Amino acid sequence: MTSTEVWTVIGALAVGTFLIRFSFLGLIGDRPLPAWALRHLRYAPVAVIPGLVAPLVLWPAATGGEPDLARILAALTTLVVGLWWKNVLGAILIGAVVLYSSLAVFGV
Amino acid sequence: MASSTVKTAFWRGARDALPFVLVVGPFAMLFGVVATEAGLDLLATMGFSVLVIAGASQFAALQQMTEGAPVLVAIATALAVNLRMAMYSAALLPHLGEAPLWKRAVVAYLNVDQTYAMSVAKYEAAPQMPLADRLAYFFGLAFPVAPTWYAMTLVGAVAGARIPPGFAIDFALPITFIAIIAPMLRTLAHVAAAVTSIVAALALAFLPYNTGLLIAAVLAMAVGARAELWLERERR
Repeated sequence: MTSTEVWTVIGALAVGTFLIRFSFLGLIGDRPLPAWALRHLRYAPVAVIPGLVAPLVLWPAATGGEPDLARILAALTTLVVGLWWKNVLGAILIGAVVLYSSLAVFGV
Repeated sequence: MASSTVKTAFWRGARDALPFVLVVGPFAMLFGVVATEAGLDLLATMGFSVLVIAGASQFAALQQMTEGAPVLVAIATALAVNLRMAMYSAALLPHLGEAPLWKRAVVAYLNVDQTYAMSVAKYEAAPQMPLADRLAYFFGLAFPVAPTWYAMTLVGAVAGARIPPGFAIDFALPITFIAIIAPMLRTLAHVAAAVTSIVAALALAFLPYNTGLLIAAVLAMAVGARAELWLERERR
């Protein structure tokens, strides 16, 4: 990506994110959000992020797109720890430990 | 008199938000490291954290850019991650809606997961709090959070330039995303949305420019909303 493209992404994301945050406070005013809209907004993060991650776990670029046991194990561990402990940083740390120790064992 | 309660509200906010420094700091540092590894220069990395100030969407934009997705797709994906903040904005409106426009604009810029959650909880617990105190409390919450976000991004960016290649840093991003999402899977509807997102994104991976992900996200949001309705009906 060229520097112009990077700054286009930054600029558009900055303006767009601000407008989302400002939407009701500044633009729409004191009108209640329709129930159907709230219902969809609630699922936005869980609708985007898992789909973004799945191909990275199954077909990592670092192995040329070949599934890799160490990365799959690390991803599953992070998921289980995150579900169970509900601690984002804790899950990242344990996921990283599993990643590096299984990379050391299986080697890639 | 008023000014002393305002000051108290500000510092109470700052104190209440202090534990978040431990969460926000390492996360910001990770962004600095990953952005630098992805080839962003220091200015662009800082530009993300200062202008956008929304962690998960910054990571999402970065991922799309490193995969060579077109600019528009990168922007749309990252904005989709931030759609939830419209809910935060709506939640703050009854409490801060009467503040002057420019103060509401500053609140909007600082309306992140932590400031939103803490402030709304406080306003609901103390409904008689005057508007000036509510604003001061909100800015107090942002006081430790936002500067930590900027400063630790900088630390990460500087440190990232020194991490040797081949350290499997490519996988920092997926692990971070999984760790963010896992605690959000609170209900069956959330799980249904996440599973839809995964299956559809993998099935549509052949589509050009990473557009499959956008379609998967729309499908998954609809499935989550449907599942919620269905679960509510079951409970009755």
